[in-house]
This record gives sequence, C-alpha cells and structure tokens, in this order.
Amino acid sequence: MAFFLETLLGGLMAGMLYSLVALGFVLIFKASGVFNFAQGAMVLFGALSMARFSEWIPQLTGVDSLFMANVLAFVMAAVVMFVVAWAVEYLVLRHLVNQEGATLLMATLGIAYFLEGLGQTLFGSSIYKIDIGMPKDPVFILEGMFQGGVLVNKEDFYAALIAAALVCLLTLFFQKTVTGRALRAVADDHQAAQSIGIPLNRIWMIVWCVAGVVALVAGMIWGSKLGVQFSLTTVALRALPVVILGGLTSVPGAIIGGLIIGVGEKLSEVYLGGFVGGGIEIWFAYVLALGFLLIRPQGLFGEKIIDRV
Amino acid sequence: MFYRENGQFKTTYQADQQILPIRQDRMVMMLILVFAIAVVPMLASDYFFRAILIPFLIMSLAALGVNILVGYCGQISLGSGAFMAVGAYGAYNFFVRIPGLPLIPALILGGLCATLFGILFGLPSLRVKGLYLAVATLAAQFFSDWMFLRIKWLTNDSPSGSVSVAELQVFGFPIESALSKYWLCLALLMVIALLAKNLVRSAVGREWMAIRDMDVAAAVIGIRPMYAKLSAFAVSSFIVGVAGALWAFIYLGAWEPAAFSVDISFRLLFMVIIGGLGSILGGFLGAAFITLLPIALSQILPSLAGLVGFEISTAGVSHAELMIFGGLIVWFLIVEPHGLAKLWAIAKQKMRLWPFPH
Repeated sequence: MAFFLETLLGGLMAGMLYSLVALGFVLIFKASGVFNFAQGAMVLFGALSMARFSEWIPQLTGVDSLFMANVLAFVMAAVVMFVVAWAVEYLVLRHLVNQEGATLLMATLGIAYFLEGLGQTLFGSSIYKIDIGMPKDPVFILEGMFQGGVLVNKEDFYAALIAAALVCLLTLFFQKTVTGRALRAVADDHQAAQSIGIPLNRIWMIVWCVAGVVALVAGMIWGSKLGVQFSLTTVALRALPVVILGGLTSVPGAIIGGLIIGVGEKLSEVYLGGFVGGGIEIWFAYVLALGFLLIRPQGLFGEKIIDRV
Repeated sequence: MFYRENGQFKTTYQADQQILPIRQDRMVMMLILVFAIAVVPMLASDYFFRAILIPFLIMSLAALGVNILVGYCGQISLGSGAFMAVGAYGAYNFFVRIPGLPLIPALILGGLCATLFGILFGLPSLRVKGLYLAVATLAAQFFSDWMFLRIKWLTNDSPSGSVSVAELQVFGFPIESALSKYWLCLALLMVIALLAKNLVRSAVGREWMAIRDMDVAAAVIGIRPMYAKLSAFAVSSFIVGVAGALWAFIYLGAWEPAAFSVDISFRLLFMVIIGGLGSILGGFLGAAFITLLPIALSQILPSLAGLVGFEISTAGVSHAELMIFGGLIVWFLIVEPHGLAKLWAIAKQKMRLWPFPH
C-alpha cells in the first residue's frame, strides 16, 4: 500500500511537469490555431540560455550570490524567448495566415529544427547544469501510518509547486487583465476579435511570448532535473499525449491530462511493465490518451468538434 | 508552341483515359525512363548510387505511400516510421525463417505485415480526426520502437534488436553491386508507382479524396468512411512497408529499431508536404529535395565557410545544417504551401502558352 502511494505521488508530480510543457502547446493552439511542434525546441532553447547565462553572469559581472545570478539569468533568458517569439511571429506566422493545419504543423517543425541548430550554435552543445537551489534529497512522509514512510522526491515536489504557481499566475493573467481578456477573445474567434479592433498580430506575438516563458520555466525545471542537453527536446514528445488527452484548447485539460498521464505512466511501468519486458512508459501514455480519445474524440475538456457540411 | 495537344485526337475510350493523354508528356516520360534505366548507370559513380540515388528511390516509394494516406485521404499520420519498421522486420522474419524464400516475395510479405499493423493503428481514424489523429498515430511509432526492442521473437532473438541480411539475389542475379541494387529499387518503384497512380484515379481514389475534402458529406452520399479510411491505411502502409523492407535490406544491410525512429516519420511528412499533398509526382519531388539537401549542405557549407575565411568544425557544420534545413523548410512553405508539384503544374501551364505570356 505504501508502495502504491509512493508510485501514485511520484506519478502526480511527474504529471505536473508534463503539464508544464503541455501548457505551452495549449496556449499557442488556443490563441492562434497553430499546433506548435517547436515547443520542445523552445524548452531546450530556454533551458540552454538560462544555463549559459547563469554561468556567464557571475563571470562577467562578478555577481556573487547564486540567487541573484539565477534571477538575472532568468530575466535575460526571458528576453531571449521574447525575441524568438517576435521573430517567429514576424518572419513565419504572418506569412502563413489561413494555411491549412498540416502546412502550419510543418512550418513549426521547421522552426524546431532551426531553433535546435541555433541554440547549439549560440550556446554550445555539451551538457550544462542548471542550479536553482532545488533540493535533491528525498524525504519520507506519513511515517506514522505506514512502516518506513512513503518516499517523496523533494525536487519533484518543488517542481510541482512551481508548476502550480505558474498555472495560478496564468489564470490570473487571463481572467483579470485586459490583455488576458483580449487573448481569450482571440482564442474564441479570430475574425470576431479582429472585427472589434483587437490587433491579431500583436496578440499572437504576446501568446508566443507567454508560451516562451512557460517553455523557459519548463526548461528550467526539466534542466535542473535532467541536465540541459539535446535530448530535452524529446520532453515535448512525452507531453503530447497530455495535450490530446486534455483537449487541444483547454488549460485545465492540460493540468488534469498531465496528472492522468503521469499517474498512468508510473503505475503501468511498475505494475504492467514487469510482464512485458519493461520500458512501456512512453507508448503507454499514448495508448492511454488514445483510449480516452475513443470515448471523447475532442479530448476530455476540448471544444466539441462541429462538422458543418 | 511545343506543348499543345493540337491534332491529338482520341478515337477510343481507352486512349482517352490513359494516364498521359498528351503525346509530349508520353515522350518526356519515355525519355525519363530511358535516362533512369540506361543512361544513369553509365554516368553515375558508385558513391552517387549508394549515397544519393538508392536512398532517393526508396524514400520516394515511402513518400508515395505516405502521400496516399495524408495527401489523398487526408489522415495526417506521424507513424510512417513504424510502418517501415514493421515492413523491414516482417520481411526479415519471412526471409530468415523460411529457407529459400526469394527476395521479392519476402519484401511483399513484409509489406503485408505492415498492412495489418497499419489497419490496426488506423482504427482510431474512425473516431478521431485532424491533429488528434496525428498525435494518436505517434502511438504506433512508439509502440513499434518498443516492440522491436523488447519482443525477442520478432528480431530472431537478437539481444539489441539489430539484425542483418546478406547474399540477396533475384531470379539468380546477385544483388551485391550498387547497380543491381539501383535497378531492383527502380523496378519496384516503377511498378508500385504505376499501380498507385491508377489506384488514385479509380473509384477508391475518388472515395479517398471525398473523405479528405468533406468526410461528413461523403458519408451522406454513400461512401462508407470505415472502408475508405481503412483501405487508405492499408494501401499506404503496404507501400511504406515495402519501402521499409527495401531501406533495410538494400540500403542499410544491417539495422536496429532505432533506424526507424520518429525522425524518419517527420522526414517523410516533410517530403510529402514539400513535394505537394495529393500528387504522385509530389512524392518524388519531395523525396529528391529532402534526400539531396543534407548532402548538398555538407558539401557546400565547408567550402562556403572557407570562402568567408573561418574554420567551421564538424559539430558546427551539423548545427548549421539543422538551421539551414529548418529555415529552408519554413521559407519553402511560405513561398509555395502547395509544394513542388504545384510549381511544376504552374511551369507546365506556362509552357502551354510559351512564347506568349498569357
């Protein structure tokens, strides 16, 4: 029982990390209708810039405290992501308005390859460290109820907290600010939003900036966990089942989908993996999402797909 | 002036329905075939065959298959790498376990294995559409990655999933030299391309295109979506499976599950979209573009960098290749979203009017 609880908690926390990446997908798809395959590359790019800046800032400016170096690095990396967002909107998206989904998908895939190459050219291609002061040691909870207690990974726990905080911030942004309201309007209906005077291009740029910051936070957390290296781009592939399970257009869907996929992955690996040779995590997530899709083809919280003939 | 159908009258329905009704088109096609079969072998070096022509032929076969599914039937599929893998390992199993089985039946049986796999993983298309289906097909990709690594029986109990084939022969002719490999791939490509072209011109092809354009309306007029979608998956995965078997047997010789990773799926989708969705010619053009681009870049970049005056390391070259690859894809999609086939169609239209501008 304690082991099951451990796996469950581990799964929930891993799920929060996946939903961080999935949030980026959902934000961009909601507002601009583009399925951003470059999200993984953006996570890598953000993580790389954060890692390298936090290395270079103490060297160049003599700032001593780790906390200040990290804060400055985060700010600079966020600026870099804003520049990327502006470039993507100005050079690519503006010219591909109204193209079909497959074309936009391939364009974002092209952007992904470009960002991967650019990131490694600018920042180097070895494995870098992100040290944001996350505790790496595990902790045992509920020692009274279960013998030996339930093992909880502190790093995952703090990461889950950061992800939850980010989601709350985003919710506040979308609900309480004027820009957030404009973003929601564009997500509802591009043409209607344009007709009441909301500048679509600027909104798309803001969305990509927000998604860039989300990617940066995700990159920071995953990078602190796994080290910043090229394989960080595959994190996006692991977050895709979360997106389709939750629904491409729903932020709560990304969270709940993340939790379901996280728990499903860990439980399946532990309890089913033994029978079939192990390593079933990644395709199990996809098959789980597929199973949900067969019942609700638009994802759990996605917009119902209305076909007009 | 030269490209008109003046004076070319058809007196039978058969002549009217042929694939290339204009005489100039038939002549050009004949020239291309003669060039490919007879002239290229005389001019091309061994390196050119092995590094450029053979991958181009096999990838155009695979792009043909993917185009049938994505371009003609409208089901975006990111699992093509898995179908190639199933075709390759299926053909391998039949080749190795049935002693004396000739090569071509082994390839075809591999394609049939891929067909079954494709139908199985095409079942979600009956319920799920669009981008959701694209991501759902990734399930096929990752499942196949896992399957060939962990299920030992499928790889003849090889510990890491890596297998190899040797001593291939067709009707007694050994397939050892680059030239024999080239001719085998070319022959299979020609036959399958002809069959595919006729398939998409037939009733089945029209059903696929109806499903692509408006699947609800197609169902209303009596096209059964299940048969149409699953037949598209079946035909497409057969062709992609045969291409995968060829890729493994002829091009790689020895392979492992990682040779058919998600990267190949993305590359095939690039080929189809850059070549042009919904066009048989598009598969060839896209395959040429994507196959030749990395080779051209790796040749041109060091000399360009030398011109400008700085040394570029191999890591730098590979990063620059990624950047240029991605940048070119995006530029191409902005300039012509309908692909190279559309550019070719525009060129043909201009040729009809030449020397007049309009």
